Amino acid sequence: MNVNPRLYPLLATIGIFVVAYLVCWIQFPYMLSTRVAGNLLTDNAYLGIVAVGMTVVILSGGIDLSVGSVIAFSGVFIAVLLRDTPLHPLIVFGLLLLVTTAFGAAMGWIIHVLAMPAFIVTLAGMFLARGASYMLTISSVPIQHPFYDLLKDAYWLMPGGGRFTLIGVVMLISVAGGAIVAHRTRFGTGVFALGGGEQTARLMGVRVGPTTMGIYAFSGFMAGLSGIVFSIYTGSGYPLATVGTELTAIAAVVIGGTLLTGGAGYVLGTLFGVLTMGLIQTYIVFDGTLSSWWTKIVIGVLLLLFILLQKGLVRATAIRA
Amino acid sequence: MLLSIRDLSKSFPGTRALDGVDFDLRAGEVHALLGENGAGKSTLIKCLTGAYRRDAGEIRLDGEKISPSSTSEAQELGIGTVYQEVNLLPNLTVAQNLTFGREPRRFGMVDGKAQRELAREMLDGYGLDIDVGRDLGAYSVAVRQIVAIARAVALSGKVLILDEPTASLDAAEVRMLFDVIRDLRDRGLGIIFVSHFLDQVFALCDRLTVLRNGRKITTETTADLDRVKLIEHMLGHELDRASEEAATTDSVADDRPELLRFEGIGRAGVVEPFDLTIRKGEVIGLAGLLGSGRTETAELMFGVRTPQTGKTRDADGPVSHATPREAIAAGFGFAPEDRKTHGIIADLSVRENIILAMQAHRGWTRPIPRAEQDAIAEDYIAKLDIRTSDADKPVGDLSGGNQQKVVLARWLAMNPRYLILDEPTRGIDVGAHAEILRLIQEITEEGMSILVISSELDELIAVVDRVIVLRDRKHMRELTGEEVATDAIVRAIASSDHAPDAARDHAR
Repeated sequence: MNVNPRLYPLLATIGIFVVAYLVCWIQFPYMLSTRVAGNLLTDNAYLGIVAVGMTVVILSGGIDLSVGSVIAFSGVFIAVLLRDTPLHPLIVFGLLLLVTTAFGAAMGWIIHVLAMPAFIVTLAGMFLARGASYMLTISSVPIQHPFYDLLKDAYWLMPGGGRFTLIGVVMLISVAGGAIVAHRTRFGTGVFALGGGEQTARLMGVRVGPTTMGIYAFSGFMAGLSGIVFSIYTGSGYPLATVGTELTAIAAVVIGGTLLTGGAGYVLGTLFGVLTMGLIQTYIVFDGTLSSWWTKIVIGVLLLLFILLQKGLVRATAIRA
Repeated sequence: MLLSIRDLSKSFPGTRALDGVDFDLRAGEVHALLGENGAGKSTLIKCLTGAYRRDAGEIRLDGEKISPSSTSEAQELGIGTVYQEVNLLPNLTVAQNLTFGREPRRFGMVDGKAQRELAREMLDGYGLDIDVGRDLGAYSVAVRQIVAIARAVALSGKVLILDEPTASLDAAEVRMLFDVIRDLRDRGLGIIFVSHFLDQVFALCDRLTVLRNGRKITTETTADLDRVKLIEHMLGHELDRASEEAATTDSVADDRPELLRFEGIGRAGVVEPFDLTIRKGEVIGLAGLLGSGRTETAELMFGVRTPQTGKTRDADGPVSHATPREAIAAGFGFAPEDRKTHGIIADLSVRENIILAMQAHRGWTRPIPRAEQDAIAEDYIAKLDIRTSDADKPVGDLSGGNQQKVVLARWLAMNPRYLILDEPTRGIDVGAHAEILRLIQEITEEGMSILVISSELDELIAVVDRVIVLRDRKHMRELTGEEVATDAIVRAIASSDHAPDAARDHAR
């Protein structure tokens, strides 16, 4: 049984995660506990969700720089609405997802109609969303609502004392949903086709406009969902939150084995990308003597490693062709 | 008649790309569409596939009038196209490519198993044994072409247009592809085959239609047509049948000193290794049909593509020209065929375009003083009679002929010893033609050597001392002295140095 070469980056990602976990476990046996595993999922839930959206965008050959700001906007939007109106959080969530999805769709529309680079359009979106958060409030707004306390404390106590929290579940569902959208729908095939080459995709019958709008709408939706999860995680809305998260998400996607230029990758890989980054952080906490900046250094090294790996794979396939 | 086109016309601003063209395609035939650049082949195909709207005329498919307005509409009507490049997506699996847009679904999700099953069914009968779950990019170009054909046939199934399908295939792959095409013909498809490789046309096609300057010249049965006649049709030159034998003159003794000697320069799949000696002050012409390797020869000489074999020397020893930088340093100059994209920088002024190569040669640390720039620009504007209101006008605003002179001026300013001009008169008006030719002669009087590539045989023989004839990416013959005549060139292009049976094996 020989392995399909398209799986190599995904296998490399999973391999690195497993090896990293082993290394951690040898040094700190407690790392292999449901507590650590549960926290890994919970602490990285918002990043995982937004990275799923980012994966789809990057698969199409685009980029979405607005998501960090959209997460902050979501937190502030929820906090202010819950403070100033009697609306139920679920209604607020619905409204928010509507807003962020429409925001993403609008960016996709501009990218397609004006034939502008996604980088510039979503950069504008990043400033817009950040600015909109400041319009709502300039300070941190705590969220106090009985329903929120319920969400925050919703977890399943795993054997060994680990908490499998609701937001961790939401992330796993998002990954599964993203994987289905990307790998099991015609829309998903269209996304890969765009990443492979817009001209060819058009010739093969991809409706480029609607697909582009769909891609950024999906990313907007995921950013909104991530914002909800982040607000549950922090219990507040703060306009200065999650600055630079879009870049962390991009890093997770690339470490997850997705080709930054688009057209190849797996959503599942992104989950492992996120978990690997979370694992590094956990290790540093366990160690206690290392500065937290080591996280950044390791992530940087991993990123470089993956870029090299992908370049090598692209070369290898190009030579055979 | 499966497909019949009557009186098809299409104009673009300034040109009439198609002028009352008739074309017929029977079910179960392979019909070649031939013509040089600008003959109207691609316009005709684009009208058929819906990429262009025609201005006049009618297209009937199975007797029904059709006018497709998009590629997908043409596909649904039954006209499928396979292009040389950009066809399918190498990053998707073979199965995804084949079933794109009509993936089998279960519960709204693509059913991977059924998809692979369907793909295998579609590939049935093409003699391919490949894993449809692998990326298309993992397979050779020939396999990709066949996959593309399988997709087009499955989607459309009446008319299959193959646009230069063999351009990047080797001989074995061409055979494999031809077997597939013959099989499809026997299944009753009408196949339009566009290619520059005449051997392949003769090996594969039942009939052929020649276009020239947007008009249909002739439709003939391939078996009844000889090569010379075909090339006359394509190039538009009537040969004097009486003087059939090519004039055999001894090569004129040329006592001019040797400037450069290319020995065995070649690159696999680009041009077969060739030898060429260039004398000081000589003008050499490269003749051949489109795709015969003319431009590729020039690119190898100038290092646009790095030669894999051979060496070059001059009087002082070896000369390196593996990259354009080295070639420039060796005193070479190259004015490429596609002036608009490779020759001029439209937004820069005449002056800036002229000094461009010179400045690049000096390096950015030694800018050419403005006064000197002005002097150089004014000098060449006067010398070459470049018609511009002033040296600071953007080059894009000038006429084609004047743009070409600016490109010439840029290289002349470098004072190269060897200048390559690829189609120097393409797309410029007749008056400017004569001027460019006059300039070529003037330049060589000062001792510079020039290589000219041109499809205009009359122009070529007017300026050159020697002509190298290329065919199928090979330097076939060298014509000198009295042999430099349209007749002899056409005959050299047409001559087949192998038996027709072997054409298939040789075709590449």
